[in-house]
Amino acid sequence: MFFVGIYGFLTRRNLITILMSVEIILNSVNINFMAFNRYLFPNKLDGMFFSLFIIAVAAAEAAVAIAIIINIYRRFTTINVEDVNEMKF
Amino acid sequence: MTPNQIMFILFAAVIVVFSILAVTSRKILRSAIFLLFVLVSTSGLYFMLNFQFLAAVQLTLYAGGIVVLIIFSILLTSHINMKFEPVGLKKVLFSALAVIAGALLAIITILDYNFSATTKAAQEVNMRIIGKSLLSTDYNGYILPFEVISILLVAAMVAAIVIAKKGGPASTGSDTIKQK
Repeated sequence: MFFVGIYGFLTRRNLITILMSVEIILNSVNINFMAFNRYLFPNKLDGMFFSLFIIAVAAAEAAVAIAIIINIYRRFTTINVEDVNEMKF
Repeated sequence: MTPNQIMFILFAAVIVVFSILAVTSRKILRSAIFLLFVLVSTSGLYFMLNFQFLAAVQLTLYAGGIVVLIIFSILLTSHINMKFEPVGLKKVLFSALAVIAGALLAIITILDYNFSATTKAAQEVNMRIIGKSLLSTDYNGYILPFEVISILLVAAMVAAIVIAKKGGPASTGSDTIKQK
């Protein structure tokens, strides 16, 4: 699943789909954290809290990324990565 | 096979299939819906592992919040029936090669490593324990990351509002605030 996310990250051109690939990557990491927490260290809860923080960071990241995407769309009227190649104009 | 195993295989299959569909589908709205399926079955996995709180957080935050946000931004920025042009064959080939090599490496490492099974009793997860360890300053406390994450959330929200609000093209965040 992690590598599926990376595949999406590499092949997609649309900014929103890249964001979705990032979500898939974060989710796979979360699943790994939880599984190891449950089966290798069931007496601690470290993995769970890390997953919690990862989810919070992912939410913040998605909000900021979507704000940036909307701003880019307003300026360039496209969200293809290859068309957005000017930093400032 | 126990029912637990059957459920696990079901969830895992759903996750893998729909995540592949989500990154390869050429209609963007469909791919968002596939992402929703992936997130929901992930929370099913958490329920199977007895982390009820995290499963609920996953359902509300990811499946409820982020997917709605993504769908909104899709509707704002593109036409529903828009299709992507197919990705170049060379790009697909090389990405797939790199990804498959990485996946094989990871799987081989996991299968080689000898995980030692524990016999320790499982810590039960209820709201009281979660709240206490989130706010305690003891050895097992998470007060510092908790505070850091709250500051990060505030900063992200302010940044998102400042970025997305209408302003002159050359104005940065601080300039926009000063102009008011």
